[in-house]
Amino acid sequence: MNFITAFNKEFLEQRRTRKFLIALVVLVLFGMTSPLMAKMTPQIMTMVPGGEAFVGMIPEPTINDAVAQYIKNIIQFGVLLALVFTMGSITIEKDKGTAAMILSKPMPRGSFLLAKFTSLALTFIIAVVIAGVAAYYYTYFLFGQMNILNWITLNGLIVLYILVYIAITLLYSTLTRTQYVAIGLSFGTLIFLGILGSLPGFGINLPDALISNASLLMSGYPVTNWTGLWVSLGIIVVSITTAWLVFRKQEL
Amino acid sequence: MNSVKIEDLRKKYGNVNALDGLNIQVDSGSVFGFLGPNGAGKTTTLRILAGLAQADSGSIFFGSENTSKSGTDQKARLGYLPEEPAFYGWMSPREYLDYVGKIFKLEAKERQLRVDQLLEKSGLKEAAKRRIAGFSRGMRQRLGIAQALMNHPSLLLLDEPVSALDPAGRKEVLEMIEGLSSECTVIMSSHILADVERVCDTVGIINKGKLITQAKKQDLLDRYAIPALEITTSNGSASLMPEWKLRLEKLPAITGVTVEGYRFHLAVKDVHTSQQEVMQDALHHNVTFEKLEVVKPSLEDIFMQLTGSLK
Ligand SMILES: Nc1ncnc2c1ncn2[C@@H]1O[C@H](COP(=O)(O)OP(=O)(O)OP(=O)(O)O)[C@@H](O)[C@H]1O
Ligand SMILES: [Mg+2]
Repeated sequence: MNFITAFNKEFLEQRRTRKFLIALVVLVLFGMTSPLMAKMTPQIMTMVPGGEAFVGMIPEPTINDAVAQYIKNIIQFGVLLALVFTMGSITIEKDKGTAAMILSKPMPRGSFLLAKFTSLALTFIIAVVIAGVAAYYYTYFLFGQMNILNWITLNGLIVLYILVYIAITLLYSTLTRTQYVAIGLSFGTLIFLGILGSLPGFGINLPDALISNASLLMSGYPVTNWTGLWVSLGIIVVSITTAWLVFRKQEL
Repeated sequence: MNSVKIEDLRKKYGNVNALDGLNIQVDSGSVFGFLGPNGAGKTTTLRILAGLAQADSGSIFFGSENTSKSGTDQKARLGYLPEEPAFYGWMSPREYLDYVGKIFKLEAKERQLRVDQLLEKSGLKEAAKRRIAGFSRGMRQRLGIAQALMNHPSLLLLDEPVSALDPAGRKEVLEMIEGLSSECTVIMSSHILADVERVCDTVGIINKGKLITQAKKQDLLDRYAIPALEITTSNGSASLMPEWKLRLEKLPAITGVTVEGYRFHLAVKDVHTSQQEVMQDALHHNVTFEKLEVVKPSLEDIFMQLTGSLK
């Protein structure tokens, strides 16, 4: 299968160019340190000049703080890395002419594109899984037990959130001529969705709901509205399909 | 083997007519030399044949099949070397060729054999495990030729295959191309007319996106059998040469002048008249020469004449 061939090449490329390692190290480090940072917040405050005054006002950190810290860090840096890793995936291959070499051979353009998406997805899945295990261990050590099933769901939702931005950036990388325009558009989309999400009642329909749902789950509240999940899956499918439809007709 | 027929191919980039109703017939098993000045549309044509660009109108037939119907099928039988082959810098040539072999669905054993064979053939065996990122232009071109041959193509498209090679490499590659004519149809574009003259059996000359002429090389040389004069000047006249070139170009019987060292190559309308004119001029201006001979025209003369690079 040509998809497998392309996928193996892409995943090898991510390991050789150290993208894989960087994603792993960054996310695992944040996974490990997030519970630690939550635990240490009051102590850190005492070290800041004038911070002593606030110590009494800061409540004793809880497991929820550790989880919130983890979500915030992994999402922030996961999405950032996803944008940077994806922005040049098509533009650079078109610009340099490497795509023309491969796509004049019996390699379907759809496989070429899908291999890019799935290999990046795998990188982030592996990185988040290991970060999740590390964070679980440290949280357990510092704060106590968490519901494992909820923890797995939370990490699944984080991965899905990152995949949304990989798919969007892949689309932009197909549509534009340079990787900088692609990442610019991706940041624009991130901000735009952020603004949309701040409209009262509307955020639940957007990918950001993945994150709020994840927090709800961990704090033990039931989640009833999963619209954001379906919208996220929809964005991924639509982005990749559009990228494919455009890429199929593009001159290389 | 594959014959190729191009009918009324048109392609516009903005308001540039890259191809303006191109018609070409390449017979099965021939080595077709694709000639034309810069911007004539050679690369565009090859890219369309390789499925990387779409023509605005016109049709292409491989054998008897219209390409609009066949996609991957046709690609499996194609070999393509772009003008500037590009590779993944983090790969080694062995890895790249192996990757290409997988795309062509060669079995592991066969693939390894073929990769070894091509590394050997392209002179990259020593560098087989180095990163391509550090390769010279010539090495990239060699690897480009190797990857184009991976699938034993029945149609091989080469866009200036020897432009980056050193003289020895050029000779090797040209010999290789010559040897391929028994296995496949070759279309190769080039600016180096001596190379085309050497390996191609058919020549097509295009200019501004249109075919000017296409013929068996020998027919072309016979048809345009306008002889040329070759003059070797003596060293003493070196300082006079630039001026002399200008004057020679103005002579009525001479259609073109090229200078190479102390040698002048004159394309002429008529041997006798031009000879007289040249000698008269030389006499008047104290130019001396060691040799003046009538030579057969080269493809270069014909090319210059047909593409209007001359007066
Ligand atoms: N992608 C493109 N965008 C815009 N114009 C193009 C593009 N590709 C080709 N052209 C134009 O089409 C014309 C033909 O170009 P092409 O590259 O086919 O010429 P060529 O015969 O290969 O020339 P050379 O001998 O310099 O390689 C040129 O005028 C060129 O500027
Ligand atoms: Mg060209």
